[in-house]
Amino acid sequence: MNLVSAQNSNVFKAGKPGQAVTLAPVRQAEQSEAANAARQAKMKIADLSVFYGKFRALAGISLDIPENRITAIIGPSGCGKSTLLRSFNRMNDLVPNFRLEGQVALDGEDIYDPAVDVTDIRRRVGMVFQRPNPFPMSIFENVAFGPRLYGIGRHSDLAQIVEHSLGQAALWDEVKDKLKESGMALSGGQQQRLCIARALAVQPDVILMDEPASSLDPVSTLKIEDLMQSLKGSFTIVIVTHNMQQAARVSDFTAFLMVNPERAGTLVEFGATPQIFTNPHHKQTEEYVTGRFG
Amino acid sequence: MSGYAEISKNFRPEHGGSLRRRRKITNVFMLGLAGLMSLLAVGILVWIVGYVVYRGGSSINLDFLTQTPRPVGIAGGGVLHAIEGTLILAFLAGLFAILPGVAAAFYVAYNPNTPLGIVVRFGTDVLSGVPSIVIGIFVYVLVVKSSGHYSALAGGMALAILMLPIIIRTTEEMIKLVPGTLREGSLALGAPEWKTALKVTLPAAMNGIITGFLLGIARAAGETAPLLFTALGNDRFEVGKMVTSSLQNGQNIFQALVNIIQQPVDSLPLTLFKYSQQPDIERINQSWGVALVLIVIVLVTNIGARLWVQRRSSQLKG
Amino acid sequence: MWQALMIAMGALVLALILAIGFLLWQQSQTAQSQLGLSFFLPASSTSWDPVSGLFQAWPFIYGTLITSLVAIVVALPLSLGVAIFLAELCPSWLRSPLGLLVELLAAIPSVVYGLWGIFVFLPSVVAPLGEFLGSTLGQAPLLSALLGGVMSPSGSSRLAAGLILAIMITPTIASVTRDVLLAIPRSQREAAFALGATQWETIWKILLPYGLSGILGAVILGLGRALGETMAVTMVIGNSIDNTASLLRPGYTMSSIIANEFAEAVNQLHSEALIEVALVLFVMTLLLNGAARWMVYRAARRTPTGGR
Repeated sequence: MNLVSAQNSNVFKAGKPGQAVTLAPVRQAEQSEAANAARQAKMKIADLSVFYGKFRALAGISLDIPENRITAIIGPSGCGKSTLLRSFNRMNDLVPNFRLEGQVALDGEDIYDPAVDVTDIRRRVGMVFQRPNPFPMSIFENVAFGPRLYGIGRHSDLAQIVEHSLGQAALWDEVKDKLKESGMALSGGQQQRLCIARALAVQPDVILMDEPASSLDPVSTLKIEDLMQSLKGSFTIVIVTHNMQQAARVSDFTAFLMVNPERAGTLVEFGATPQIFTNPHHKQTEEYVTGRFG
Repeated sequence: MSGYAEISKNFRPEHGGSLRRRRKITNVFMLGLAGLMSLLAVGILVWIVGYVVYRGGSSINLDFLTQTPRPVGIAGGGVLHAIEGTLILAFLAGLFAILPGVAAAFYVAYNPNTPLGIVVRFGTDVLSGVPSIVIGIFVYVLVVKSSGHYSALAGGMALAILMLPIIIRTTEEMIKLVPGTLREGSLALGAPEWKTALKVTLPAAMNGIITGFLLGIARAAGETAPLLFTALGNDRFEVGKMVTSSLQNGQNIFQALVNIIQQPVDSLPLTLFKYSQQPDIERINQSWGVALVLIVIVLVTNIGARLWVQRRSSQLKG
Repeated sequence: MWQALMIAMGALVLALILAIGFLLWQQSQTAQSQLGLSFFLPASSTSWDPVSGLFQAWPFIYGTLITSLVAIVVALPLSLGVAIFLAELCPSWLRSPLGLLVELLAAIPSVVYGLWGIFVFLPSVVAPLGEFLGSTLGQAPLLSALLGGVMSPSGSSRLAAGLILAIMITPTIASVTRDVLLAIPRSQREAAFALGATQWETIWKILLPYGLSGILGAVILGLGRALGETMAVTMVIGNSIDNTASLLRPGYTMSSIIANEFAEAVNQLHSEALIEVALVLFVMTLLLNGAARWMVYRAARRTPTGGR
């Protein structure tokens, strides 16, 4: 399976940021890929609907997020991609009049169950935002913030975690000599990687990324994309992106969302990324990925 | 030094159970404390206002509002002298403060970045922080000492100085809210700057300016310290009687009024203060009555101003 | 001509401040030269005797400082709680009315606070509190200077003044702090929540440090108000010269001695001494307000760069 997916990804990595996607013929392997994924679903979303007051933002979405893979959520703007993503770590709870129907399960447990500790869910499902948002503290303290919450106070322990996380985020070499400097003094791309390191420091299982590179330059974008590939072995990654080429380059699975006539977001199609981009099953998907609209 | 695997165990749900509980409890406790503080603050407000209404309510009657004081120890009488005094002082203060206040506000709004603009802005803030009693001393030296007597005029000046920063600040904000396009349109039609200000910007900002002005007056009406050495107090002050006697002495109405403002005068807060210090149950009761009148003035102006502003802003939003 | 008017009025504001300072200085000249530095330097026993011409203002300076300090210490948790509630916890329909109620506290005239203080707050809260503190903490060796002695039965004391001042300055500190908190970008809260922080942890570890210089400015603003407050203080502080440092004892503040004695000053030197007290008060509030405005201004402009 690794060989097959490597061959698939070779096809799609050929495109650099800004270049057109090249299409390739259907592979048999994508079917078993999808089958495997269903067995190893890290998160299962069942018939999810999200309401803000009377307004229904998402309607009846069901999909499985496969473990240790990168899943991309794509679709035209305003179709609820971010809303969907934020339902995975209960960040929508912060919006007034938010209501949810259906189920979102992490490792088989419903995360919206009243008995569940929200802060625990948010630790296990981390998030990186569209604009980097480091705290106004030193680089060290930014990364150490999470671990400190969990009672890790010894400086030697924290130092280990900080080094490990910054390394995972491919930022260690660039900042190892200036850990005491403010996190806000870094460049945009570095700040985003700092935010990734900060999220990694609490050892999440899932990392949600809401258009993580959309405010960055192409070089930084590439770095982030490479970073995602290196992280997926240890984490499950879900990324929202409005950039189709990025989704095609980076992800293993893709979910395509669109608004229905009542302006609620619905899942049109979900499948292995090569299949979605080369052999979409739905007409709407085909129209979107070939650029006829959106 | 524990290994990374050891450290990261702390994140697993099986570990750190007591820490989780502690975090949860701390969260609920501290947030509850914040709510408690808010409740306490509101509770104190209710306590004060409630008690003033309760104690002062029984003192308020028609006599209270329309008669001058009886001698100490004798029941009855009222605080007409203080009501009239407050009105006159408020009028004088407004009169003195309105023009400088609005003009200075226009200057600062149009020239925020010139040296003078910055300094005046800063100066306004500083002036608003000067203790009211210091302002009282200032006006005492300037006016009372040189004229040889206490007067409503001096009191009005002291209150005007107090009001000035409030008027400047609120007027400036109101001017800034007027869309720049209005001013530009007028100037483009050839109107000179002062006419534009007077006929375009001012009317547009008028509601807010009036609100700020009224709030300033309400604040001035509640002040005591600056009046201690300027207006001083006068429990024989009664406008009606004074005007009649002036007219009878052959003066015209204008001279009568000038005469009035040169008298020392009481105000409601000043009367409250003086009565509260006297060991006489009548006077104490009356000071509660005055407190109630003051609270009503304050509540009506503040709540009214808030509602007015909210109504206006929702009107503007359409 | 309009331009000239605007400029003139703007300059008027400045002129006023300068004139106040100048007049206070000038009108207390003889007192200054005659009384010298011992006028306001601390001393263990001081006298203020208008008849014999002895004027030492230290007890009043101390009174102002200690009552303001008590006010800040008590008002700070109260105001922070209110501000945090208003900015972070309050349901949106409650925000405006609650904010209004807090502002109303600021609008109540000082004399009304004083009246309520004398007849309600002092007997029901301060007197019992004073008795309690005096008999417990006041006995402890370190605290007996501050809390020793016996409170007068009416409750008139520095403590009373400090507590009432605390109530009076809470709206100031609370509303500025609330504005500071509301100005902090949402993204900071989102980042903290996404890591699994509780609401309190976010407020305490991220938001309050982020807004620290603004909050400090709010506190200094409140302090400035407390320093200058006259009527409520005068009505509950007891207005007597007391040479102990105790909060339970009555005393004077700079503003209350002026309020009490100026209109009946016995001689020229007495008047001038009181004007000199006013000068000291003026300079103190000037410096403090300047510092406060500068800090709030700095907080509004700055992009956070602080590391630990």
